[in-house]
Amino acid sequence: MKRSTNDTGLRGVRIAVTGGTSGLGLALVREWHQRGASVAFVARDAENVARVAAAHDGAVGITGDISKKDWIHPIALQILGGLGALDVLVNNASSLGPVPLAPLSDTECEDLEAALAANVLGPFRLTKALLGALRASAAERRGGIVMNISSDAAVTPYPNWGAYGASKAALRHLSAIWDLELDGAGVRILSRDPGDMDTPLHKLAVPDADPSTLLKPEAAAADITRAILDAMPHRVTRSEAA
Amino acid sequence: MLPATRPVQRPADAKLLAIDAGGRISHWPRARFAELLRPGDLVVANDAATLPASLAGIHVRTGKAIEVRLAQRGSLDPCDVREFVAIVFGEGDHHTRTEDRPAPPPLLPGDVLQLGPLRAVVRRLVGHPRLVALGFEGPIEAIWSGLAIHGRPIQYAHMEPTLALWDVWTPIAGFPAAFEPPSAGFVLDWHTISELRSRGVGFATLTHAAGISSTGDPELDRRLPLDEPYRIPAATVEAIGRTRERGGRMIAIGTTVVRALESAAESSPLKPGGGIATLRIGPGTTLQVVDAMLSGTHEPGTSHYELLRAFTDEVTLRRADRELEAHGYRTHEFGDSVFVFRARSRKGA
Repeated sequence: MKRSTNDTGLRGVRIAVTGGTSGLGLALVREWHQRGASVAFVARDAENVARVAAAHDGAVGITGDISKKDWIHPIALQILGGLGALDVLVNNASSLGPVPLAPLSDTECEDLEAALAANVLGPFRLTKALLGALRASAAERRGGIVMNISSDAAVTPYPNWGAYGASKAALRHLSAIWDLELDGAGVRILSRDPGDMDTPLHKLAVPDADPSTLLKPEAAAADITRAILDAMPHRVTRSEAA
Repeated sequence: MLPATRPVQRPADAKLLAIDAGGRISHWPRARFAELLRPGDLVVANDAATLPASLAGIHVRTGKAIEVRLAQRGSLDPCDVREFVAIVFGEGDHHTRTEDRPAPPPLLPGDVLQLGPLRAVVRRLVGHPRLVALGFEGPIEAIWSGLAIHGRPIQYAHMEPTLALWDVWTPIAGFPAAFEPPSAGFVLDWHTISELRSRGVGFATLTHAAGISSTGDPELDRRLPLDEPYRIPAATVEAIGRTRERGGRMIAIGTTVVRALESAAESSPLKPGGGIATLRIGPGTTLQVVDAMLSGTHEPGTSHYELLRAFTDEVTLRRADRELEAHGYRTHEFGDSVFVFRARSRKGA
């Protein structure tokens, strides 16, 4: 089969991205969709989901909140129903915690809980619900990759980033442990810091940042994509996938 | 037997009754299942996730409340979610035993069923006033989202708490294809799967659209299991081939795996891909592929019990029944388990 040069490795791959209507998530949806993957994405706002779905023919838009346990299976069911299977899950949806950012002493308990729910419990639960499908993908040597979007705040203690940093640190460590435990099952659980990006989330955190000093989400998406492809069992082409 | 009334997939005290190829019976803590296997054996499980197949709604022509339980689909194609065969109950829910549920209003072709956000049309009756072929309206994505938001797992009166998909998806659940959980798979948590690997026991999966276990109507129950679509991955067919070459044993987790593999083996050699399991397995069946099956405990007279008779003789099963009673085994989907080897006297070709 004749392929364009830019779709190597993505055609026929089935990927789901949370937080897929803005920032890095939207850039990932665009990139994978453009390169021929089957894409499902999740976000809380139905209008944003409809708008992004309309702009990406064939992409499966799912409205739901990954920070709520009751939403996990309705979301997982629609991902698997919409794509038929799953090779890659990107847990990208994140919560900053208190906005504007605040020292931990001034952080409301509920804001810390919200950050943990979105940044740790959500990725944990959604991965758990989809782990069987990812195992099946790995067994067929198609995929079986979870990419948890982390942050340098997961490693470095920045004042005022307590809720976000602590939750991202937990996600990073959870990814590393889970990845070790699944050694042998073929499923990889990765985490990666995409760098400081010019996204709505960053604007909430640092409203006066100079956008020219920030990474474009498209560049970060390309980097995340490379990291996912490096972990794939092998690159699937449409002719092989058929 | 006692019904298991709590939705706990792996109770710490779960029991396992094993029947070996010589008909000898032994009792095990179920968590030690892997110890009954040998290096070179292959465990095959059904990785179907369970659909929220119970849909409450209204029969629009009469305005009467109904419950629709999806029971059969034509294929495992994710786009093939428009047409289903379903069982329809009158008003009420799982708290009433299925045999005591009121009948639905008379169902006619063309009747509209409003099931939350989903709208379905009765295409035809399928040989029984409560069994219908129905078609959902709208785009495929809207059907999946309607099922996701409005559907509930099918459940029965022995289970008081309202079930969520968290309760019924097995740890390895993948594509949502089953109408009730392939509950033998509850035994397999990720620790057990990794223990199998460290013992040199292979592990593979197939996907089989496990159907409903009971309708509350003796005439309909006699038609179970309905024909069920399945898909066997190439990696699983390869693993089965390697196991046979090396003289390992084929261990099926659940009746659905037996049905899928034996149906697929009817057109030997075993091929990867999809098919429809039509085989009704019973005492007259010569098993071609499967050497042993882990399953729930089943009452005589059910189709699952008939399937046990393909593995071993009536006398042994009666003895096992007495042991299950005497040792307080629990029954139903969250209950204890039976692990039966094909009797030496029943070895096929």
